[in-house]
Amino acid sequence: MSERPLTRNIDMSREPYDLLQYRQAQGYEAVLRMLREHSPADVLEMVKNSGLKGRGGAGFPTGLKWSFVPTGEHAPKTKYLVVNADEMEPGTFKDRLLMEGDPHLLIEGMIIAAYTIQASTAFIFLRGEYLRAEKLLRQAIAEAGAAGLLGPNIQGSGFGLDIIVHTSAGRYICGEETALLNALEGKRANPRAKPPFPQVSGLWGKPTIVNNVETICNLPGILRYGIDWYKSLGKGSDAGTKLCGVSGRVKNPGCWELPLGTPIRELLEERAGGMSEGYTLRAFLPGGGSTDFLLPEHLDLTLDYDVIGKAGSRLATGTMIVLDDRTCPVGMVGNLMRFFSHESCGWCTPCRDGLPWVDAIFQRLERGEGRQEDLSILEEHLNYLGPGRTFCALAPGAMAPLGSALRHFREDFEAHIGSGACPWQR
Amino acid sequence: MAKISIDGIQYEVNAANNLLQECLSQGLDLPYFCWHPCMGSVGACRQCAVKQYRDADDTKGTLVMACMTPITDGGIYSIQDSQAVDFRSHVIESLMISHPHDCPVCEEGGECHLQDMTQMSGHNYRRYDFQKVTHRNQNLGPFLNHEMNRCIACYRCVRFYGDYAGGSDLVALASHHHVYFGRHEEGTLENEFSGNLVEVCPTGVFTDKTFSAHYSRKWDLQTAPSICSGCGVGCNTSPGERYGSLRRIVNRYHHDINGYFLCDRGRFGYDANNSPQRVTEPVFAQARINGNSEASAHKSMTALEAARQFEAMTGGEVIGIGSPRASLESNIALLQRVGAENFYPGLSDGELACVREVLLLLREPGLHCPDIRGLEQCDCVLLVDEDLSNTSARMALALRQATRNAATAMATAARIPPWQDAAVRELAQHERSPLIILSPQGTRLDDVASDTFLGTVAQQIRLLNAISRCLDPHFDAPVESPELVARAETIAGALVQATRPCLVSGISAQSPALIQATANVARALRIRRKGETESPVDLCFAMPEANTLGLALLAEGSANTLSAALSRLAQGKADAAIVLENDLFRRAPAAQVNAALAGQLPLVVLDHLHNAFNAHARLLLPAASPAESNGSWVNYEARAQSAYRVFAPKEPLRASYEWLTPADPVQLPLIGSEEILAQFASAHPGFAALRKLLTQREGLSAVMKSPRQLPRYSGRTAMQADKHVHEYRQTLDPQSPLSFSMEGVPLQKDSSLLSVAWAPGWNSNQAISKFQQEINGELQQGCKGVHLLTRDGVDASYTQTAQLSEKTLSPYFISHLFGGEEISAEAAAIQARASGPYACIDDKRARELGVNQHGRIAVHAGELSVTLPVLIRQRIAPGGIGIYCAGELDRFTLAQELRVEAVAEEPDMLLRSREMFRHLLINDSWQGRNGA
Repeated sequence: MSERPLTRNIDMSREPYDLLQYRQAQGYEAVLRMLREHSPADVLEMVKNSGLKGRGGAGFPTGLKWSFVPTGEHAPKTKYLVVNADEMEPGTFKDRLLMEGDPHLLIEGMIIAAYTIQASTAFIFLRGEYLRAEKLLRQAIAEAGAAGLLGPNIQGSGFGLDIIVHTSAGRYICGEETALLNALEGKRANPRAKPPFPQVSGLWGKPTIVNNVETICNLPGILRYGIDWYKSLGKGSDAGTKLCGVSGRVKNPGCWELPLGTPIRELLEERAGGMSEGYTLRAFLPGGGSTDFLLPEHLDLTLDYDVIGKAGSRLATGTMIVLDDRTCPVGMVGNLMRFFSHESCGWCTPCRDGLPWVDAIFQRLERGEGRQEDLSILEEHLNYLGPGRTFCALAPGAMAPLGSALRHFREDFEAHIGSGACPWQR
Repeated sequence: MAKISIDGIQYEVNAANNLLQECLSQGLDLPYFCWHPCMGSVGACRQCAVKQYRDADDTKGTLVMACMTPITDGGIYSIQDSQAVDFRSHVIESLMISHPHDCPVCEEGGECHLQDMTQMSGHNYRRYDFQKVTHRNQNLGPFLNHEMNRCIACYRCVRFYGDYAGGSDLVALASHHHVYFGRHEEGTLENEFSGNLVEVCPTGVFTDKTFSAHYSRKWDLQTAPSICSGCGVGCNTSPGERYGSLRRIVNRYHHDINGYFLCDRGRFGYDANNSPQRVTEPVFAQARINGNSEASAHKSMTALEAARQFEAMTGGEVIGIGSPRASLESNIALLQRVGAENFYPGLSDGELACVREVLLLLREPGLHCPDIRGLEQCDCVLLVDEDLSNTSARMALALRQATRNAATAMATAARIPPWQDAAVRELAQHERSPLIILSPQGTRLDDVASDTFLGTVAQQIRLLNAISRCLDPHFDAPVESPELVARAETIAGALVQATRPCLVSGISAQSPALIQATANVARALRIRRKGETESPVDLCFAMPEANTLGLALLAEGSANTLSAALSRLAQGKADAAIVLENDLFRRAPAAQVNAALAGQLPLVVLDHLHNAFNAHARLLLPAASPAESNGSWVNYEARAQSAYRVFAPKEPLRASYEWLTPADPVQLPLIGSEEILAQFASAHPGFAALRKLLTQREGLSAVMKSPRQLPRYSGRTAMQADKHVHEYRQTLDPQSPLSFSMEGVPLQKDSSLLSVAWAPGWNSNQAISKFQQEINGELQQGCKGVHLLTRDGVDASYTQTAQLSEKTLSPYFISHLFGGEEISAEAAAIQARASGPYACIDDKRARELGVNQHGRIAVHAGELSVTLPVLIRQRIAPGGIGIYCAGELDRFTLAQELRVEAVAEEPDMLLRSREMFRHLLINDSWQGRNGA
């Protein structure tokens, strides 16, 4: 039993385990036992009871998501599993670690997920820039296929699965699960209306589950060691471990597997080694670019979905971006706004036309030519681009750092207005 | 039905629809862009946001998009809620960020949905003070302007063009606020419904290029309810006139027929009205009397002189040849003038034989002729021979929608409401209701066909007979090959499984045998369905011209044919002949027509365009065009509809029925179209239904006339000031319930004479929702026309169909939407899309002949020899040869056995043919799911 079920095989100083090494480390045991002993309904029940929540950002209970897939006689025969490996959230690099560090773990997890929903084809929708991950995954899939762990009839179980790696042409919106499906079908990467949800009508109109890489990588552990073990991994209210990353001006930026419920301070000070010499912590985005800023006073909060939620932000991807005292917060947020504005798919009005306005205002603020009215226009956009206003979550996500920045760093914004240049650069 | 409350008021609404649609149905003003009544919801623009409350205790509510919100019984909503109002004003503000300040010079101005919605949402001043996004525009061909800078990215254009009309060359490109709607490269928009983008686009991105050439504001156009004369569908149109010329045509909503959409022939063919080919004055060929054929001897006349000459020339026994492109009134006037025994329908013998069959079928109780909306509801269609996209395009658009019924059924089963457009398409993917196409060559509908059978008429008849045999074992059909029987079984199976199967064909092939074979399938299907359902089987035949069926009805019971008329003329067995709006070279072999002309009988022709035939008239009388005269038209369903003249024709033009009615034609008022119809209807019980059409009209004119001009019509006192300082008296119009003025009963609620939809705050065509009983419903007080035929016939047993020989090389004739119809072919924009005559052969024959793509072949038939450019297509009937006549070739002579041979290639000819073929939209990669 491991306390680090996701990363126990990972050592970035060497090549990842090949199939033989992975199997020597008890790899695929869970799958083989599952195929022998458990029905798909059993596995679904197990995953439901494990308390596993989606690790892609929204934190939706995985078992519950799966349970919406129609089953039984009248259900469509064709179903799909899609792994969202389009890791493009600013500041996020956790899935890359998993795919580059232990590709067979993902494949094993995919077999479990596909078996549960009875999908015989699975896709890995991979960020196009992840060239190394692509190479390693393709290798691992070939190895698994040759060993009869993938293919039409896995180990004589009657269950078959093919995995197809699809490399993205590169848009942030492809990380949105329904836009991802459109992209996978060869269409414009616009999100789809929900309902219907992909579980009912997804890829090519068939029932489809889209899960994040890390979510899937949790499955072999749950099956191998059981629910109780999995729940016990978490220190707080949430079950399991989480890959947590830190980027910014810290001594040791990186990504670690920690039990959910670990205090943020431990992540920042022990793992990341604290702030770099001469820098003080000003604030941090706890879960990537589209979460609200938290302040040093929040360092003793634990890494739990609910705890962070109550503090007004989101755990999301669990990858923290640190803002130090020598970096202009307006510049940092402006950079994010530029990114989100550029990555809007152009489908709905508030996002398509609202974000560029926000971006333009930030550029004006940066030049020191901003006006007081600009701040109220920014504030208006918080509501205008808020949840439920737009077609998908991209724009509300973009508003999270903006809204919290306007609350926490108001004086910095004011200092830019009419100053002729960014005060941090003078 | 469900009860909901909107802003505290209770409404009873249809729970199957979304909230936006029901708000609009209730007459409420809620702004929207991306939703379209015919295309459903996608939730892109976010303009229709309203508040939804959980229950009566919920005071906060949630903002929802009305178009994406299903109705729930007892639902509580608010349009006026301040948060909703505020959000909508934000949406419009950001939509307007990059929109240019060009309303005064924009052709959409004054009928712009974006203007209306901006006003409705209360946006005034632009706060955005950064650089706007600008775009490069494309030349999209002769029909449409492209001004992308005005785009608000509602995605309606690509949803209509691609999803609804099946076009593939207009797409959304780029992303975020740079999203661009255009072609992958500059060039003519290919789809035959591209003109609808003018009306589908809520602002001025796509505007009518032909209208630009003589632009006028919507409110300055004089309009009247009209009927398209481009084919036999009878789409309702609204032509607009200014300064005596026709400026454009837009759609006029008809619930059963065209709905919101027209084809490009119907929309852009109007310019023939302004063509230099117009007959503008009487032409009297004095020379011909003296035996001198010099053209200079033609003499111009006044209307009075012409009328007297007409009377003088047509004493005694006069042969009258009617026309399928002239109104019912004009044909009746001719019939009454010459008497039934001397009246000849101006249809080719083949067409006439076909239409006579169709008239019988339209009376058969076991069959039913679907209207366009009915076609859309069919869940299995067998389309026989007729290339609908090129002959009756609006029907093809309806069949394209019919193939989506499978998708709707799947969605309903998956509890996805049918108005969730994107979700339904996503769920169904390529799942379509069966559309089986039998055709001599690949067609534009093949991309949605479930099965395509490429065969000559003879081969199609064999398959049809085999299908009848599969459906009813008692059907007597020759034994066929196992392959053909298997094919027939599959098709029969699809027809039997359908809830509402339908057979569609036409008379383009001029083959009565084909019509009989098609009808036999319908009868066999009915017999097969007995016990399960008694409902009649849907069967309809596309008609090539606006009044083909009306003309045939007038001539019913008479054995007169065009060849009989022509031989009488040739033999001089009459005193004179009158030909009504007809180019007989398009109706009979040239030799026959020339022989008739050689008979030297005094020939009077009435027409509005000069053509090859009327050049031979001794007296050519200038006829008013359909836009200039009142008239009734009988469409493919035998539905008679009234069209009103949009403007009075210039002197000395007269409507044909006015020339023909032997009152003193000089005295006003001239005979009215209504008088003609009324008299005829009382005298002929078969046409009694016409009285209903008249009653509808009488009810309208009883009170006060309705204006053809909008209240803002400008320049009335100035427009003729160059001629006289006094204001001219308005032209009177005693013949119709409409006046040539701005005064009268405004049509704000009554849509019976509605030519232009307008309602307070709704200046664009979207105002039509204010005149519908509900969204997509019937028009309030609408005139839908009357059906002239009732199902009073007997259920015929099977008709024996003639076995056609398959041995000889006889061609099939190709139709084209642009240039294939006589009148619209004179419009400049249509000409820019038309091609000349050509022949179409397959690879095998091309190799045999040794001819390359776009090379030339010589075609010999009887004494006729023509050299034609060649189009080599993969998808044509085995051994077939197609010929496109372009109104130039003698189809009747070519229909005989052909001989073909290659002609040496000349480089400049090759280039010329290549250029010509560039206009044609032919894609042999479309071949249906099962291929052929």
